[in-house]
Amino acid sequence: MSVKTPSKLEKILAAGHQAVTSECGPPRGSDPEVIREKARLIRDHVDVVNITDNQTSVTRMCSLASCFHLKQMGVEPVLQMVTRDRNRIALQGDILGAASMDIHNILCLSGDHQSFGDCATGQNVHDLDSMQLIQTVRLMRDEGKFLGGGDISRPPEMFVGAAANPFAQPHKIRVPRLAKKIAAGVEFIQTQCIYNLDRFEEWLAEARDRGLTEKVYILAGVTPLKSVGMAKYMKNRVPGMDVPDEVVARMAGVPKEKQAEEGVTICVETIQRLKEVPGVAGFHVMAIEWEEKVPEIVERAGLYPRPAMP
Amino acid sequence: MIVGKQKPIEETWAMVKDFSRVLVFGCNTCVAVCHEGGNKEAQILASLMRMKATQEGLSLEIRDSGIERQCEHEFFESAEKDIEWADAVLSLACGVGVQFMVKRYPEILVYPGLDTCFLGDVEKNGLFTESCQACGKCVLAETAGICPVSRCAKRVLNGPCGGSNKGACEINKDLPCAWQLIVDRLEALGRLADYERLAPIKDWSTERAGGPRKLIHEEFMK
Ligand code: SF4
Ligand code: SF4
Repeated sequence: MSVKTPSKLEKILAAGHQAVTSECGPPRGSDPEVIREKARLIRDHVDVVNITDNQTSVTRMCSLASCFHLKQMGVEPVLQMVTRDRNRIALQGDILGAASMDIHNILCLSGDHQSFGDCATGQNVHDLDSMQLIQTVRLMRDEGKFLGGGDISRPPEMFVGAAANPFAQPHKIRVPRLAKKIAAGVEFIQTQCIYNLDRFEEWLAEARDRGLTEKVYILAGVTPLKSVGMAKYMKNRVPGMDVPDEVVARMAGVPKEKQAEEGVTICVETIQRLKEVPGVAGFHVMAIEWEEKVPEIVERAGLYPRPAMP
Repeated sequence: MIVGKQKPIEETWAMVKDFSRVLVFGCNTCVAVCHEGGNKEAQILASLMRMKATQEGLSLEIRDSGIERQCEHEFFESAEKDIEWADAVLSLACGVGVQFMVKRYPEILVYPGLDTCFLGDVEKNGLFTESCQACGKCVLAETAGICPVSRCAKRVLNGPCGGSNKGACEINKDLPCAWQLIVDRLEALGRLADYERLAPIKDWSTERAGGPRKLIHEEFMK
């Protein structure tokens, strides 16, 4: 796949390296130091850093401003953008705002329902859905046009990503849904956290058979488990998460004070196995409020040092 | 049909208790079907209010009445006397009926007795479910006859979102995910390949977003 944007992530992938991405959640306040500190912990071990957009519908510092703080310290951000909170005017406006700061990566999402967050009585917008947001960014970038048809001066140059969940129901449309996102114009995918490796490999094999892994870069999502409690919570309470019983049992099988270490080891083993699977273009390491573990995971998985890119 | 739910009596009582002649006024079509605002419910609410008046030592007079539909002129004749008698009407119609009365009787105070909830069907006795939001440009032909605008919590046109969970919507395990229903029906019809058609960006100007809507038939306006 040829390079279409100045994105470092795109260059790394196009050069055939397995990319490493991670993510940081902005603070519930306006101190930029919080986001900078998280970035400092991981900056040498990952290629780019996603900034979440009011994740789980809890109000936080906005993704765009947080991306700007990363950019200023020389870390390449991925702007996450959900369709829950903004209509097409605001989405396009924010895309241009990000482009003005030379933010070169965007991840298009629908976002969790607002009932999970701190503004359960608020409206949701969903003027576009995540596929239509992908189409919008591609239109703005490739044709230099707004949805309304007008011309954009200095169009955005963004590498366009989206999420995919190989584990969610209905199972029968997991690969067709990926195909649909590709048809909409997506260029990279970060998957839901993988604990059920067999199921993930099945999904990827099906995608490969349809030739989809030639058309999109798939970054496998991993999250280290901190405790058996977290494993059970993810298994039972988080929609669309598939944590097999063996993983829970493995976490339960070690004493409490060793569980975090075991979680990291499971994560490292997951990456090691998936590194060898054709179609895995890289890894998205989501260490939720546990950023300090990212360097260890990346090193132990044999993904360090990261390639230098101009 | 339009589905509504009676407001708590504390709320409606506070609206009307300081008047001297109150009419509790039922609407005997949609909101009668959902057992909230028909003429029978108007009768019951009026007697509850009379008891309240006695308890609180208030001397207001409360009557009940009702008509077939409060959203059309032609049904009002039989109730004209009751309405003229009242100095306040507690209408048990949907918001459309309440406002129609406001237009028709500008000099009478009309209060809403219901919270109007949604456009829905009678899925089975006692169960009413939302199934349309009158978006003004129906997409049912593209979605296997199941409406993602009203039945998906994020109205995604290319669903399901990542939260679809064992057939249920992420917001509530008792609420079916509209997109699971769409996919299942496409499969049952042997049309699962249609799932891969991208739904275009929707024109929402025919929906609430475009401002209040009107339908005009000149030929009937004389
Ligand atoms: S698509 Fe629009 S008109 Fe059709 S059922 Fe849904 S809300 Fe109603
Ligand atoms: S789970 Fe299904 S119904 Fe609920 S918001 Fe997502 S797609 Fe819509």
